[in-house]
Amino acid sequence: MTDPTIAAQADSGGSYVTALEHADGGGTGKKGKPRSLWSDAWGDLRRRPLFIIASVIILFLIVVAVFPEWFTSADPNHRDLSRSRQTPSSDALFGYDVQGQDIFARAVYGTRWSLLVGVGAAVFTVVIGAVIGLLAGYFGGAVDGFLSRVAEVFFGLPFVLGAIIILNAFRSSGVDSAFALVMMVVFALSLLSWPVAMRIMRSAAISAKQQDYVKAARALGASAWRIIFRHMLPNCLAPILVYATILLGSFIAVEATLSFLGIGLRDPAVSWGVMISDARNYIRVAPHLLLFPAGILTITVLAFVMLGDAVRDALDPKLR
Amino acid sequence: MSAQSIGETEDTGVVPDAPLLEVDDLYVEFRTRDGVAKVLNGVSYHVDAGETLAVLGESGSGKSVTAQAVMGILDEPPAAVTGGEIRYHGEDLLKVSAQRRSDVRAEGIAMIFQDALSALNPVYTVGFQIEEQLRVRLGMSRQEARKRAIALLDLVRIPNAARRVRQYPHEFSGGMRQRAMIAMSLALDPEVLIADEPTTALDVTVQAQIMDLLKEIQTERRMGLILITHDLGVVAEVADRIAVMYAGRIVEYADAVSLYRRPGHPYTAALMESLPRLDLKGHELKTIKGLPPSLLAIPPGCPFHPRCAMAQDRCRTEVPAEYRLGLGRTSRCHFAEEMVGGV
Repeated sequence: MTDPTIAAQADSGGSYVTALEHADGGGTGKKGKPRSLWSDAWGDLRRRPLFIIASVIILFLIVVAVFPEWFTSADPNHRDLSRSRQTPSSDALFGYDVQGQDIFARAVYGTRWSLLVGVGAAVFTVVIGAVIGLLAGYFGGAVDGFLSRVAEVFFGLPFVLGAIIILNAFRSSGVDSAFALVMMVVFALSLLSWPVAMRIMRSAAISAKQQDYVKAARALGASAWRIIFRHMLPNCLAPILVYATILLGSFIAVEATLSFLGIGLRDPAVSWGVMISDARNYIRVAPHLLLFPAGILTITVLAFVMLGDAVRDALDPKLR
Repeated sequence: MSAQSIGETEDTGVVPDAPLLEVDDLYVEFRTRDGVAKVLNGVSYHVDAGETLAVLGESGSGKSVTAQAVMGILDEPPAAVTGGEIRYHGEDLLKVSAQRRSDVRAEGIAMIFQDALSALNPVYTVGFQIEEQLRVRLGMSRQEARKRAIALLDLVRIPNAARRVRQYPHEFSGGMRQRAMIAMSLALDPEVLIADEPTTALDVTVQAQIMDLLKEIQTERRMGLILITHDLGVVAEVADRIAVMYAGRIVEYADAVSLYRRPGHPYTAALMESLPRLDLKGHELKTIKGLPPSLLAIPPGCPFHPRCAMAQDRCRTEVPAEYRLGLGRTSRCHFAEEMVGGV
């Protein structure tokens, strides 16, 4: 979230510098623009085919999620039992499911819910993990001990079992709007995954804390709040952003798993996971019921993992 | 300027005519798993306006820890100040409120770190980091602060300051980074500047430039300069007085001229002998045998005795007191007078 703004800041200050102007070394950039880590990483990313392919797929998915009606004129909830389990045709690109609903239309409309769960859970996880990790890393000692133990408790919970328990507990609370259903899943996923994000952030914070610029800020009387969020956070972002990108893809898959088990999303929030779950009894008679949503899911997860890989390569200082 | 404003604030312990910055009998311990390391064992020194004090010593002698204690940036825990006073204008910084302490330090005392690359935050431009202090501490607007930052970069002779101010630390060369660091430390017009091995990470020609710059700025602004170093060459050029540290103590304290003419402590003498000399080309370079003592187990008696060529039985049991050798000159060696008096 922060990276485009920082990169933009860096770009706006651009001006031309020649190497000859500095007897004592000078600017490293040939283009002469001041280059931050982020603008450097961006320049690197733009040239990576992996990044371009992944971004195109993801951008496309976002457009589909926001404007599903641009991609299909069929109503995803229209049922025509006479067409039950019909195979793909020019009429319905992906065929019809058991209830005679257009699979293509459902997949298009399901993009929104699948992405919302992935993005929501990744953002939540990273925010919780980052804040707790920063505090633990900066304050150390007893604070770190306490927060790390809390994280270990959550880390110790078996993921699927934990999710089943949490979601079951909320299931009976009578929430029925699609958004509330999504939030429940997001909450359950974040609650069980923040410890890893916290550990990543904690170790980044511990190493940032040793740097002299943190000491210099302390010597200048900067408050703990200022040091943590102004000086340490921007330096600790890279590893957690990479983690978040990969996490996003896996959360989409986890949501499908939970929906398949019958505790994730459900009507009216029809995600790809819900579609896969609906198809489970007909896999042998009508494989297209499963293959289309599962294929889209796989491509989406792959795109996010590829993006995460590309971002890691661009941000990892050891490879630069 | 900021000095005046600090001096005039009400209900402070400021004492007129007191030395600018005075470290008095400072004790610092590091409490580690292996035991308590006594890092500073009664360090005292002071610096006045316009004066340069060089603190000399090997790694682990406590010279940087003293500076960090003055700046209030020791990592506590494991570090703990267990005794002594740090007085700025006569006011003990270890006793005043945390707020006042950080105000005094921020505006009165500045520090230059050894490794400018790690002392500059890589995600912000050099200008931003200078401006941040000006905006937060002096309430300047962005434009004012930017102007001031450019002026400061100019002052430390960074060419093209107006352009450089928008660049990131990694776009600066080592020497330029150290200059930027100096500019940053001067932003709030400090009265005391602590330079912790400011030239160690630089190559020799750049070292000389940076030292000249520091010296010049110091003279111009009448700052007190505490120069922490292990480089005797640097010290000879710029220091007015020298404090030689060993195992958390100041073993010799003297003005530069007399110390170089006749060291008053065998450790100082050994340090000077281990400098390469052109007129002794072909001879083997002398070193100080052995290692500095572990601070977890400082040897009884004189801490230097296991490595000292002059060590006698007395040195193994009796901690040498501080012997006065003339005006403002002290040495912690039982044979200090023999050393100075000529052998």
